[in-house]
Amino acid sequence: MTTEVKVETKQQKKLNGSVVIAGERCKGCGFCVEFCPQGSLELSSQYNAKGYHTPILAHRETCSGCDICGMVCPDFAIYGFMKKKR
Amino acid sequence: MPEELFEIEESVPANPVEQYLRMDRMPHIWCPGCGIGTTVNCFARALETSGLDLDKVAIVSGIGCTGRVAGYIKLDSFHTTHGRAIPFATGLKLANPELKVIVYSGDGDLTAIGGNHFIHAARRNVDMTVILINNGIYGMTGGQVAPTTPISAVASTTPFGSFEQTFNLPFLAESCGAVYVARWTSYHVRHLTKSIKEAIAKKGFSFVEIVAPCPTLYSRRNKIGDGLDQMIYYKDNSEIKNGADTKTVSMEFQGKIVVGKFVDRERPTYNDAMMEYYQKKLGDKFVSSDEMRKAFHAQNRN
Amino acid sequence: MHADPIGVLTGPHFIDGDHACSEGAISAGCRFVAGYPITPSTEVVERIAERFPTVGGVFIQMEDEIASSIAIQGAVWGGKKTMTVTSGPGFSLMMEHIGFAAMTETPCVFVDVQRAGPSTGLPTMPAQGDMMQARWGSHGDYGIIALSPNSPQECFDLTIKAFNLSEQFRVPVMMMMDECVGHMIERVVIPAAEDIKIYPRRYYEGTKEDYRPYEPERDLVPQIVKAGDGYKIHVTGLTHDELGYPNMSVSTQGKLVRRLVDKIKVNAERIIEYKEDMVEGADVVVVTYGISSRTAIPAVEQARKEGMKIGHLRLIVVWPFPEQRIRDLASKIKAFVVPELNFGQISLEVERCAGGKASVTLVGHAGGTVHQPKDIYAAIRKSVKG
Repeated sequence: MTTEVKVETKQQKKLNGSVVIAGERCKGCGFCVEFCPQGSLELSSQYNAKGYHTPILAHRETCSGCDICGMVCPDFAIYGFMKKKR
Repeated sequence: MPEELFEIEESVPANPVEQYLRMDRMPHIWCPGCGIGTTVNCFARALETSGLDLDKVAIVSGIGCTGRVAGYIKLDSFHTTHGRAIPFATGLKLANPELKVIVYSGDGDLTAIGGNHFIHAARRNVDMTVILINNGIYGMTGGQVAPTTPISAVASTTPFGSFEQTFNLPFLAESCGAVYVARWTSYHVRHLTKSIKEAIAKKGFSFVEIVAPCPTLYSRRNKIGDGLDQMIYYKDNSEIKNGADTKTVSMEFQGKIVVGKFVDRERPTYNDAMMEYYQKKLGDKFVSSDEMRKAFHAQNRN
Repeated sequence: MHADPIGVLTGPHFIDGDHACSEGAISAGCRFVAGYPITPSTEVVERIAERFPTVGGVFIQMEDEIASSIAIQGAVWGGKKTMTVTSGPGFSLMMEHIGFAAMTETPCVFVDVQRAGPSTGLPTMPAQGDMMQARWGSHGDYGIIALSPNSPQECFDLTIKAFNLSEQFRVPVMMMMDECVGHMIERVVIPAAEDIKIYPRRYYEGTKEDYRPYEPERDLVPQIVKAGDGYKIHVTGLTHDELGYPNMSVSTQGKLVRRLVDKIKVNAERIIEYKEDMVEGADVVVVTYGISSRTAIPAVEQARKEGMKIGHLRLIVVWPFPEQRIRDLASKIKAFVVPELNFGQISLEVERCAGGKASVTLVGHAGGTVHQPKDIYAAIRKSVKG
């Protein structure tokens, strides 16, 4: 079962990105954390049922929604998106 | 870190890759840090922007870790025998040329046991896209040497390190006649996605080699870290050289990796060559299959 | 339904068995052939190569038999009726893919124009040494169907039957010719298209959500679809469940493989075909198939002339083997005589089914030429006297 942790950024004019993390799928490879161009992600100290440390959007305000994390994730456990303006 | 509650955004899009996956078969079998899943992500995003009718896209794979891709992608998918995805795909394409046929398999499957079929399909310029994941090893069966295992790398069947010359896959593909040849690593996600999209759209035998990590067998046995270490190595040691001479892009153990789009040229496809030749030779006596005729005329109208 | 008239060359022809096989395939609606040249089968694909561009077919000479035997299966999933053609050495190469066809239930026809083996053997000379291989050649358990023509006319007729059986049971069918029948030139009459019965592919026609790719119908055969129609099927050689998904469990294996074997076993009575001549009341029955059935005829006639009660049972479908008929006969007759161009293959089946109730004499032969009728006669006479 996936536990979707929906994370929201603060209201930002330029950087309006966000990520969705399906923590239970994550295998803690660290790709997303390493290759996020903004350095917005970190591995959490918490871990999922399989014992892997999942990523969290540690610096929400820097997320641009570029989805590099989503593209590089081998386990389909994270993806980024641009928040639509209301 | 405490889980904070946030407002749920109505406009949060679903994971773009999930509609292309057989979610009822998740989680997949690939190891933590394996590069194959990354390439599937890029493939899914390439499909998304390709504008293709997904009912008409078929994926054919062989045996191995990469061969499992067919089982996870929600298209007409065929998990065939070891090394024989390409001839299966040839039959599929000749029976129904309207199908977009994509072969997605590993380096051992496609160039060792499948080597003969690879060179002939390229020679014939059968209209298909071959996505080859090159992790330099036979992962599924426990890490045996492959034609792409670099010299000195340790594998279970070369316990003292391999001394065999390796294939330079882009060179092989180009010399056999492939019309599109590119190499990327699984680090180069944006380039890779674009390249896959181009390769799929390209008529003829198009070939994309993707260098990807096998952390459990290749990396660990050779003491070069894990999947992340390999990805960082790709990032630090790749050089993008579009149009490079494929003769010069051999890879060595933990050496420089030349990536880029190397070849993009035009040659008549097998189907087109057949249609035109028989038309010329047999005139009115020539009766092509309905599917061939339809596909041939559809592309000539464009 | 009946044959598509395009390509049916109705009328009498004077052609060899190989060419008759090509015409049988065309009449059956075969429109994709992938092959590799090998004596003495090459003429089949040569004629196909010439005829296909005029009847809407596609022929491709692949780089080897391994490629040929899997390319035809790709074409089946692309919607075509397909066939490949080979002889002994190529047949051996194709074994993995015959198993793949059986496992994925891909309907297609494999023609083996047998020559003397083993290995390179005598490429231009006949034998019947691949009969057990036709049944058991690939690894693991599965069922197949094998036919054995004894004339160019039968090469035509039985090729059509082979296609029909492969569609009816979603199974690869082996057309076991031999060099003699393949290269023999005789009169072949091709009927009118409307007189040629064709068994259509068992396509599923329900909703996409309800489709279960490997859920069998009552006769243990599942309905098929093809790529491009939106079913998003998954076909794999791995042990799979009814959705076609790989499933690594003992129970799935048991269920699937049991059905692959039973598919032919349970339906055997609908598939088995043989011709009997004076078998009722016979003391000795000569069991033959293929070219050996013709060299047996003068032997049988000579024996009958001398007052012996000799029956002749000719197998048309060799696999599944008519076990029950042999069992029944065994308790009524004295002996079976089995002439075959090998050192005992189908005779082993006769022996097995006879269960010791009747003796079984093999008239074996290393191959290279056909039997001398006198050798078959000698075995018949010995069986009658002894």
